Amino acid sequence: MQTEVRPSTRTLTYGDALAEATAQEMARDDSVIIFGIGLDDHKAIFGTTRGLAERFGPERVFDTPLSEDAMTGVAIGAAMAGLRPVHVHIRQDFLLLAMNQLINIAAKAHYMYGGGVQVPLVVRSVVGKSWGQGAQHSQALHSLFMHVPGLKVVAPTTPYDAKGCLVASIRDNNPVMFMEHRLLHYEKGFVDEDIYSVPLGKARVLAEGNDVTLVGISYMAVECMRARVYLQQRGISAEVIDPVTLSPLDMETIRRSAAKTGKLLVVDCGWTMCGASAEILAQATEGMQPGTAPGVWRMGFAPTTCPTSPGLEELFYPNGRTIASMVNANCLGGDPDWTPREEDHLTDKIVFKGPF
Amino acid sequence: MALETRPTSEAGIADLSHLFRSLYRIRRVEEEVARIYPSDKIKSPIHLSIGQEAIAVGVCDALEPHDVVFGTYRGHATYLAKGGDLKGLTAELYGKATGSARGKGGSMHLIDPAHHVMGSSAVVSTTISHAAGYAYALKLRRSDAIVASFFGDGATEEGAFYEALNFAALRQLPILFICENNGYAVHTPIRVRQARPDGIVDRAEAIGVPSYRFQNDDVLTILREVRSAVAGIRGGSGPRLFECPTYRWKEHVGPNEDYDAGYRTYEEARPWVERDQVVMIGQTLEPSLRAAIESDVEAEVREAFEFAEASPFPDPGELWTHVYAD
Repeated sequence: MQTEVRPSTRTLTYGDALAEATAQEMARDDSVIIFGIGLDDHKAIFGTTRGLAERFGPERVFDTPLSEDAMTGVAIGAAMAGLRPVHVHIRQDFLLLAMNQLINIAAKAHYMYGGGVQVPLVVRSVVGKSWGQGAQHSQALHSLFMHVPGLKVVAPTTPYDAKGCLVASIRDNNPVMFMEHRLLHYEKGFVDEDIYSVPLGKARVLAEGNDVTLVGISYMAVECMRARVYLQQRGISAEVIDPVTLSPLDMETIRRSAAKTGKLLVVDCGWTMCGASAEILAQATEGMQPGTAPGVWRMGFAPTTCPTSPGLEELFYPNGRTIASMVNANCLGGDPDWTPREEDHLTDKIVFKGPF
Repeated sequence: MALETRPTSEAGIADLSHLFRSLYRIRRVEEEVARIYPSDKIKSPIHLSIGQEAIAVGVCDALEPHDVVFGTYRGHATYLAKGGDLKGLTAELYGKATGSARGKGGSMHLIDPAHHVMGSSAVVSTTISHAAGYAYALKLRRSDAIVASFFGDGATEEGAFYEALNFAALRQLPILFICENNGYAVHTPIRVRQARPDGIVDRAEAIGVPSYRFQNDDVLTILREVRSAVAGIRGGSGPRLFECPTYRWKEHVGPNEDYDAGYRTYEEARPWVERDQVVMIGQTLEPSLRAAIESDVEAEVREAFEFAEASPFPDPGELWTHVYAD
């Protein structure tokens, strides 16, 4: 179900929307605290935590030791005590140091203690891309977390949803894995100045179309929108869906679109094996009578480790052109050799040049 | 931290009848668990604290009711010593709907938030950082409560232990770390796991947590020293750690003894059994008082197991509740 975007005339970047959501929620609720490695330094997690330490003080906003495991446990313990911690990781890869706490405790505490405790915890983490992020700064591990009951997984694409979903995640009484793509931090969009919440578990139809349904996860929703423009050159009308929340998944919106177009391509910013794309396609077709299910395809990271050399890295990721080519050739049986000519306004604008 | 040795009968600081009741009650509950276990009515792996009760009792007797404890999977003693509901424990072991976790956690995940028993984990060392986080919240809220974090010697080999101690020391958290050192991780002795088996307190000190190792499990010594440390922590001293030597009398998991298994001998256990704190504290009481306490406890324990027996199993729909909080 598409959630309504409220009208706003103010433009904000995704990163600034996150900072604003955090500040407004911290002002509203003094049980909200935020911490993470480097969180209050001069770079402020790409600006997403800028100003918080000055405004809310070092008890509620703080840098931490390089102890992802224990600091996740600290967040859980603080949540059990009634605080609402936001734990920020500048790379999602670092969550692998915290998996015991996230999966054995955060996900399970409410259940295994018979409802005796709640863990209202937000774990923000940034997925890197470009400028040689490489093997351990580029992974998107959302499907690992989708696998586990008790966790919610959110991956907003637009600045509007970034703010609203972060507010909703902080207010949620469950552990929420909040996934941000590094390149999305620069995306601009309309964002209400007032505080608002976007309900978790609702997909968003970013653009309507009739010939094929493209489901793009996180930054791949942007690439799907680019593919949609390329496909218009061939007279192909693509509907683009941003799931926004990956667990719980809003399959109703995806199924309805797939029933309309008859063709469903999921493009993930992660690997396809046992990934979010596999789950979405399974749920989109499971139990259907022969002949009634949509055609299904998926794209994602190449099944390799992410390389750093630019030419290789380019091949590792789907992009608007490769998605358009896939749709034209495989989903619609068109010319297998067609790849749209690259258009400047439909390519990544990497506004950072490093070192980070 | 200097510690003179005093005969327990001269400690003069404890309500001995209260200590005996707590020690005896835990012992009898677990003896009943062991007795019933072969019937298969208890639907949960059990890690008995028999022989180790003095630590939980000594520490928890030094705490206030609003202080908080986090425990281990060998946690019956901690749960009961802190005031956890006995019927909630027995029913939980039976997998009944009236259990402390509604029959969904079992022996390794006992919890009683009303008495500030905040849970335990099957994964070694996992709750140490929860205790630190809870302590952080208490400090942020300007509460005068403190947290006691119980863990075993094996936990001190996990990285999470050092991470949590560092954070607790860094932020001077109101937390008491209690290492229940029974010398074994399952069946593996500490000497084949740690380069310096006597180095737990040194390592904690090096991180910045003042630490002390007891010579044995004398409950009055534990109570006296922990009471002093707790007063300091409540006053803002920051974290303290105690290493408490003890001995597990039963097998790692299950109701039996395993001195014939080859990895240890009864000779090793004998000195601990000969100075059994349940017996020693009991001997300090007037026989009539002791008999009255024993009689009370027997009735309470009998009632708790009858409650577990009579309680219903969870409804099938309970499988689906508490996956997510509302």
